Amino acid sequence: MKDIKELKVSAIKNGTVIDHIPAKSVFKVISILNLDKIDNHITFGTNFESKKLGLKGIIKISEKYFEKDEINKIALIAPDAKLNIIKDYVVIEKKVVEVPEKIIGIVKCVNPKCITNHESITTKFTITSKQDVSLKCHYCEKITNQENIEIL
Amino acid sequence: MKNKSLVSINDFTKEECLRILDLAEKFEANPVQDILKGKVVATLFFEPSTRTRLSFESAVCKLGGKIIGFTDASSSSVSKGESLNDTIRTVANYSDVIVMRHPIEGSARYASEVSKVPVINAGDGANQHPTQTLLDLYSIKKTQGKLENLNICLVGDLKYGRTVHSLAMALSDFNPSFNFVSPKFLQMPKEYKMYLDNKGVKYDEHEEMKDNIKNADIVYVTRIQRERFSDPIEYERVKNAYILRKKHLEGTKPNMKVMHPLPRVNEIHPDVDDTTQAYYFTQALNGVYTRQAILAAILGLV
Repeated sequence: MKDIKELKVSAIKNGTVIDHIPAKSVFKVISILNLDKIDNHITFGTNFESKKLGLKGIIKISEKYFEKDEINKIALIAPDAKLNIIKDYVVIEKKVVEVPEKIIGIVKCVNPKCITNHESITTKFTITSKQDVSLKCHYCEKITNQENIEIL
Repeated sequence: MKNKSLVSINDFTKEECLRILDLAEKFEANPVQDILKGKVVATLFFEPSTRTRLSFESAVCKLGGKIIGFTDASSSSVSKGESLNDTIRTVANYSDVIVMRHPIEGSARYASEVSKVPVINAGDGANQHPTQTLLDLYSIKKTQGKLENLNICLVGDLKYGRTVHSLAMALSDFNPSFNFVSPKFLQMPKEYKMYLDNKGVKYDEHEEMKDNIKNADIVYVTRIQRERFSDPIEYERVKNAYILRKKHLEGTKPNMKVMHPLPRVNEIHPDVDDTTQAYYFTQALNGVYTRQAILAAILGLV
């Protein structure tokens, strides 16, 4: 069974596999990581059954390895994502994502009266809670909760 | 504090706040000086204000500085669609410090990031108004002789009132005990109560003024705005429960003072004005000394 499942998205020789992405967030992950703007071979699949997530997606990026700060950006929308680092078709390392201390860009401030929703300013947040993610806006100081998180 | 912007009360440490209060005391003793000579203070008021703007301008005038600015966004290039970024970068060329009030929350933080001169936040929407907080602290210290271990009763709109939020946070360093008196739906927001919980500060919440002002050292009243109510009948019913009258002052502590950030509408009855407890107009006067202290400290002149 395992082999069949893996083959739904073809294997890569070298690169990174991001697994366990909630199906609804696959395209957001692609966008946040700027995968739509790079030249590497990328294969992805979505709406696969997952016991944990219901429906999940998977993205495989050839010849690409992510810095911690870069990959942690997806933690807000894919907190359970698992990374497999592939070298010569073999998984040499597994990683999980962590919610970073600061979020620059990515998220919209929930406060309609916030300056970031009125002028072209990059949003900035500090994380006040990692469990049930809550973000404090650097500008208006209001809290954006997990359920209000809207990706820019 | 030299060249440091003052956007949020948390931008100043407890020690820095106390230094401002000490300086304010010195300016109160000697309010007319020449230390701002040759300095230009820009006052950008994108939103109307009486006390904040005039007390800043009074503070500058008494210290020999000059003022440029506008009192209304419609008389500036903002009305032509200029961005805040462009307005601030331009005005920073013409001034040594910018004092700004703006209706949009976070505008002051943003201004401080694009300005090459320090920015003093004179109110950004419902967010922060740190110079009000400092003048409130000064008034409390002046009337009580200390900031520590006081019983503070906050009355009125505690949900939207930025002054009470900042004041509660600032006082939390001085072991206060709070009584919060407000209609249920205008209670102190959760985030501020969590802040106080984390600091181990005691507070109780009430829906009526009654005896809660009897033990208070400070009764701080704020305006309940009609527009907060969806039901006008509910507003009429509620507003009378939160009007402070002379008769309520019987049996209060002798050192008790009534404060209010002003403007007042009807929440303090005029019959309180002539009592010894009424302090709100002197509080507004203290704003001049406190703002002199803030300007002098930020411009590095003291």
